[in-house]
Amino acid sequence: MTEADIHQALTELFRELFGDDDIVLTPQTTAADIEGWDSFNHLNLIVATETKFGIRLNSAEIEALHSVGDLAAIIKAKAGKRQ
Amino acid sequence: MQDGRDLYWLPTAPDFSVRLKQIDHDRGSWDELVGLANTRIDFVRTLRLDRSLRALFAAPPQGLATAPVRLAVLGSSTVGHLLPAIRIGALRRGIWLTTYEPDYGQYLQELSEPGSGLRRFSPNAVLFVMDAAHLLRGVHPTQDPAAAQDETAAHLVHCWNLARKEFRCPILQQTVLPVFPALLGGNEHRLPGSRHAMVNRLNSRLRGLADDEGVDLLAIDDQAATKGLAAWHDRALWHRAKQEVTPAQAPIYGDLVARLIAARLGRSFKCLVLDLDNTIWGGTIGDDGLDGIVLGPGSALGESFSDVQTFARDLAGRGIILAVCSKNDPAIARAAFQQHPEMVLRLSDIACFVANWNDKPANLRDIARQLNIGLDSMVFLDDNPFERDLVRSTLPMVAVPEIGDDPALYPATLAAAGYFESLGLTAEDRARGDQYQANAERISSAAGATDLPGYLRGLEMRLLWRRFDPAGLPRIVQLINKTNQFNLTTRRYTEADVRAVMDDPHGFGLQFRLTDRFGDNGIIAIVIAHRIERAELMLDAWLMSCRVLGRHVENATLAVIAEQAAAVGATRLLGCYMPTARNRMVERHYEKLGFSPVDHESVDQVGRRLDVLELRHYTPTDIFMTIAEGQ
Repeated sequence: MTEADIHQALTELFRELFGDDDIVLTPQTTAADIEGWDSFNHLNLIVATETKFGIRLNSAEIEALHSVGDLAAIIKAKAGKRQ
Repeated sequence: MQDGRDLYWLPTAPDFSVRLKQIDHDRGSWDELVGLANTRIDFVRTLRLDRSLRALFAAPPQGLATAPVRLAVLGSSTVGHLLPAIRIGALRRGIWLTTYEPDYGQYLQELSEPGSGLRRFSPNAVLFVMDAAHLLRGVHPTQDPAAAQDETAAHLVHCWNLARKEFRCPILQQTVLPVFPALLGGNEHRLPGSRHAMVNRLNSRLRGLADDEGVDLLAIDDQAATKGLAAWHDRALWHRAKQEVTPAQAPIYGDLVARLIAARLGRSFKCLVLDLDNTIWGGTIGDDGLDGIVLGPGSALGESFSDVQTFARDLAGRGIILAVCSKNDPAIARAAFQQHPEMVLRLSDIACFVANWNDKPANLRDIARQLNIGLDSMVFLDDNPFERDLVRSTLPMVAVPEIGDDPALYPATLAAAGYFESLGLTAEDRARGDQYQANAERISSAAGATDLPGYLRGLEMRLLWRRFDPAGLPRIVQLINKTNQFNLTTRRYTEADVRAVMDDPHGFGLQFRLTDRFGDNGIIAIVIAHRIERAELMLDAWLMSCRVLGRHVENATLAVIAEQAAAVGATRLLGCYMPTARNRMVERHYEKLGFSPVDHESVDQVGRRLDVLELRHYTPTDIFMTIAEGQ
């Protein structure tokens, strides 16, 4: 997957999860920038990402996950590869 | 298609987001939301739909067929992520449901403390969601497991009793997920104190306990066994957030809960309507002929279709009505049932057989009318996507599963969809197919009879009545809770409520069985009367199975009520009608029987109507049956 593909897919996922079609993501976007990105939805975001990209985030990755850029980097490293 | 995490039997909705936005924007209708809930939605879409549902219907809409459900979810760990899916599972069945969860892990405190949030919420259904770690907290590999297990069982029964005493409502208990790894392996049961083995033992013990205590099980252990534990439980999420069931599984979880609740409310589906060609046999009987269709041993495909038929027959054996709806020449279609040596289903299994060239929605309406059941209690199985789509768009209340293109998977898909969820089996369930078929014969006789009274007399009907008794209890509770159309008040009674009626010296509960020359219809009517003043009885419940409609059973029932009322010293009967979306057929029930509106206000604010009958003015009329006390 290219970075553009990942960005596009993550944008769709965020818009669906947070119910807001105006969400625009940058690598620096964090929970503080998005209404509804609380601890409950943080877990939903992880599970939705795992389902959508067919990957699994390990505990250390989840621990270090703070921004959209962090998430995109994990997807780039894992998606489309056999785990 | 069947990864087990998914409502895969529901049709996909590519326009889900557009439709939901439109609903949000227009403050759309309940039915539109129900429509979206009946699409193949994942947990993200379930969350979105739930947001719209709560925004638009913070309170239940008017005129729903079933009373609002107030469900308390009492968990030992995180349950909040499951609640949206439970609400949407109810929405899928047209049920408005609101939830309550205590603060984290506080279920026992809230059950015990007067004035707790739970007590104020006053649930009419309670679901206990105890995680495996919580229930096995006393178990160590070196200890005697029996004592710990007894303690756990006693704790559960204690919780159930607390909830039942306080709320007098149905209680649901989640079974235990097998989350602990084995220490020995395949013969784990030989290790005393193994938590893995103990979960299995606890789950089998729960079956007996739940039956003894009248508790319904949410069997997620079975689900994990068929779909794999990994679909249900993510150890990392357990450690991170104490979510024992992963959020991705929430849509299925919510649907399972809603099935149990719908079953308690009498809203499970009752009838399976089968297409024929390429649904219960391979090929087209009209083109391929009796010898040309694929069915039975000899090919994998033929065996698959036999399997579909066996599943349908077994469903019929436990009370599901079978019907046929096929575009076919009726004589040719019937001949397959009569002459093909590999047919598992017989004509006698089919309560209503419709084969013609009319469109299927028209035929489904006709089947519903002939069987006297609601379209919303029918499931339509058809291999043809065009027919499925046509039925869905014309009759959205009929359930039409997406069944894929392999008949080998049809039975599993029907089972996974849980349309026919049922909480027990009564003798009536076992005999239901015969009763509906006899009914279809009666309808044919009625069509041929020129005078109705003569026809009714020719049926040789006997109405056998009895006071409520413990032997009749399961059927009484079932009938009270599943009858929606011929039901004057739609007031639901729990088993405990029915027992209270048995003990009431001033009132009575009556059960009625109807037999005729075609067979035994089983218990078909229930009446409950309470004394409200010295000489006045209120008919708190009067309901009847629709399969005996049009036979003046009501008139004979009233004769029994009048006699019993006199026996407890009453001189007047008060009849109460409470309108719902589904009981319009009995709107004028009391009037037809000679009751008059009570003089002051005949209709009160909630639309309830009261009619009165002075017993001294009553003479039985239009009774076409013999009446007797008996079994």
